[in-house]
Amino acid sequence: MTTETLLTYLPYGPDFLFLDSIEELSELGIKGHYHFKPELWFYASHFKNQPVTPGVILIECMAQIGLVCFGIYLISKEDTTREVSQTGLALSSSEIDFYKPVYPDEKVTVVSDIVYFRFNKLKCKVKMLNSQNELVCKGVLSGMLTV
Amino acid sequence: MTRDNIYQTLETIISEYLPEDVSKESITLQSNLTNELNINSSHLVDIVLDVEDAFKIALTNDDMETMQTVGDVIQIIEQKTT
Repeated sequence: MTTETLLTYLPYGPDFLFLDSIEELSELGIKGHYHFKPELWFYASHFKNQPVTPGVILIECMAQIGLVCFGIYLISKEDTTREVSQTGLALSSSEIDFYKPVYPDEKVTVVSDIVYFRFNKLKCKVKMLNSQNELVCKGVLSGMLTV
Repeated sequence: MTRDNIYQTLETIISEYLPEDVSKESITLQSNLTNELNINSSHLVDIVLDVEDAFKIALTNDDMETMQTVGDVIQIIEQKTT
């Protein structure tokens, strides 16, 4: 599966898609990128006159790249006959530490390394880096893939 | 390994994943893991992986589908360890 095809399987609408491109993809992990554009809807309110990307959105960005995208790829590798276009993911746990804020117009890179993928549960070590290659946040995310 | 030994080990594993409002005393052979013990699908996988480690067995998707109650899990462990 090409990375372009993979992106078409993502179940998000444009207002809640936090992934622009995938740079690396294998059965061991994934690396993807996202640009937090200044006009994104949440900056006007988080915070008033002091826009900064909410931590929950950073987690969402990490989950979309590190669990959902990666999970769809793993499912397609595991069983090539499986219909992956309807794949969804329920986030089941997140333990994330934050180190740096992400301001409007920043570009981030998300790197996710597999811990295990068993019985449709995907657990990964995930980190986010900013364009200076500084650690923004890292931790462990798990989710259940539904097909 | 006796059925009692299996039960005790399994009870310890399951109790780690019980929600706060479900007590360890609620665990019986007849307990349904998801409906009665309120274990979510993610923790069900954790239990299966812990069972694999504790009893040194490998479980399949089919095994997982038959694991409805605590008794079902014990039966599968017995099959795989004998």
